[in-house]
Amino acid sequence: MARRRDVPWFASAVLGALVLTAVLAPFLAPHDPTAGDITTKLIPPVWMERGSWDHPLGTDRFGRDVLSRIIYGSRISLLVSLIAIGVAGTFGTTLGLISGYRGGLTDAVLMRLTDIGLSMPTILIAVVMVAVSEPSFRNVVLVIALLLWPRFTRQIRGETLAVKEQDFVALAVVAGRSSAWIISRHIFPNVVPTLLVISTLQVGYVILLEGTLSFLGVGVPPPNPAWGLMIADGRGFLATAWWISLFPGLAMVLTVLAVNLMGDWLRDHLDPKLRQLGSRATVLEAPTSATLGTAVEEAPIRAGAGGSGG
Amino acid sequence: MPDASPLLVVEDLRTHFFTRRGVIRAVDGVSFTLHAGETLALVGESGSGKSVTCLSLVRLVPEPAGRIVGGKVLLGGEDLLQKSPAEMRRVRGKQIAMVLQDPMTSLNPSLTIGTQVGEVVRLHQRLRGRALRERVLESLRRLRISAAETRLGQYPHQFSGGMRQRVSSAIALSCAPRLLIADEPTTSLDVTIQAQYLDLLKEVQASAGVAVILVTHDFGIVAANADRVAVMYAGRIVEMGTTLQVFNAPAHPYTRALLRCLPDPALKRQQLVEIGGQPPDLAQLPPGCPFAPRCPERQPHCDQAVPPSVRVENGHVASCWLASAAPA
Repeated sequence: MARRRDVPWFASAVLGALVLTAVLAPFLAPHDPTAGDITTKLIPPVWMERGSWDHPLGTDRFGRDVLSRIIYGSRISLLVSLIAIGVAGTFGTTLGLISGYRGGLTDAVLMRLTDIGLSMPTILIAVVMVAVSEPSFRNVVLVIALLLWPRFTRQIRGETLAVKEQDFVALAVVAGRSSAWIISRHIFPNVVPTLLVISTLQVGYVILLEGTLSFLGVGVPPPNPAWGLMIADGRGFLATAWWISLFPGLAMVLTVLAVNLMGDWLRDHLDPKLRQLGSRATVLEAPTSATLGTAVEEAPIRAGAGGSGG
Repeated sequence: MPDASPLLVVEDLRTHFFTRRGVIRAVDGVSFTLHAGETLALVGESGSGKSVTCLSLVRLVPEPAGRIVGGKVLLGGEDLLQKSPAEMRRVRGKQIAMVLQDPMTSLNPSLTIGTQVGEVVRLHQRLRGRALRERVLESLRRLRISAAETRLGQYPHQFSGGMRQRVSSAIALSCAPRLLIADEPTTSLDVTIQAQYLDLLKEVQASAGVAVILVTHDFGIVAANADRVAVMYAGRIVEMGTTLQVFNAPAHPYTRALLRCLPDPALKRQQLVEIGGQPPDLAQLPPGCPFAPRCPERQPHCDQAVPPSVRVENGHVASCWLASAAPA
């Protein structure tokens, strides 16, 4: 049953390293990320001429150490993602559960709200919102959460609709349980796998969004070492001091890639478990990557078996 | 038992579904009574209204399409159809319990068995800690769940189908209901487990004095478990009587046809008999007897009016123009 080979080693390693980096930033960073020194400005990375081990990834136009800023920047990326997804996830999931379970008018109203939320032009709204208020860490988080919650609501509602049709929900009603009890005890635990998958897949999106906002100057305010801010900082020097933008960009790409790989893996491994609610567990367990070749040939039979089960 | 006042009285229950195709009369004037400790079997083809009848009793008809449009459901003298949702909730938990067809989905896959049984016991008996645990173990043991202590911490997917159905029943019976509605509880169990399960249910029923409504389409199960039988067709009870009466002297042509469908082990090579034609479209019922188009004993006046319920014998009724003339 345990498929060790399937564990996404690359993604786990990158994410593990990232979390460690963020936690241990003060011990890992060779320099103060915000303290500049004009005398050491625009030093190239260590392997280039003029480069030194003092600043392995070079310095920016204020002489700040790029490596230290990337290390501290991981904190911002992670914190923004965690808090924004926490807020949006809690809010969105609650609405999704209520919408799916109640149905009727409640569902109609909440789903139209969600539609509105999903149709907002992300960047435009974010820029406007942050522009009218002060750019601050808190505002960035709030704006991102505001743009994020409908994604949770939509998915959780769908999942709720499926779970609510299961007999154990009807039996809980017969047992005289209140709606609140049924939602929290019987439906919520069964949508947790889905919730985990959506949350993970959103991390990449949030990191990119935060980067974009910071790049546009409406995100985390300077001199905080946000990756997006660093990329924006180096924009004017791309021809001469490309390392100022490139390395935070690489950090961002690597992180988002790892998170998305992890999300995909989670989706593949948690979703079938959720479907196992019914009796189709064995059917779904069957086609592993190893048996994919035979699975394709047997497809008509398998489809027949699934049909009679459902 | 007939002199004691009945536990459940259902009078002229009507549940209709309002769809684009018209009004579907899923349950159309069902009446029956049930005494404590008694088992009534509801039999009939798919779509004859057995399950909707059960759902109507606990007011779980899927809304907004379905609605109970008339009738009375008296449980211990109180009309359940007149109760507010809050009152209904109390009745459901304390007086009525249900066991459903599919043991795979009757249990929450993400909670342990101990938690799921415990919740019901805690709700109804206000027990905690050790006493609660003892009570949970007791109700599992009563349904012959072996090694109940270790089973407490396990999840539904670690149980077999038959065990899950017994756990579901343990949950249903642990709140000491007066009425247990079992909607095809054995359909998804294999035959040897079916018999075991039903024997167990009978045993528990006898010791607790629960009244059972057993929905099934298996006459073997009816014969072995039910005190009385109600045969449903097109949303109505077409024949009702004690199991012996109905099996020995079926008064309605539909019941006779159903019984003829059973394979007879005495005959060696035989053809399986079927009832010709299709069950009627519930949205467009004929004006007369709904079974008339398929009935082998059809008379000219069968197409004109719905036959009334006629007393065949004491406690044996049938809705057929020929019933009173049928051999008793």
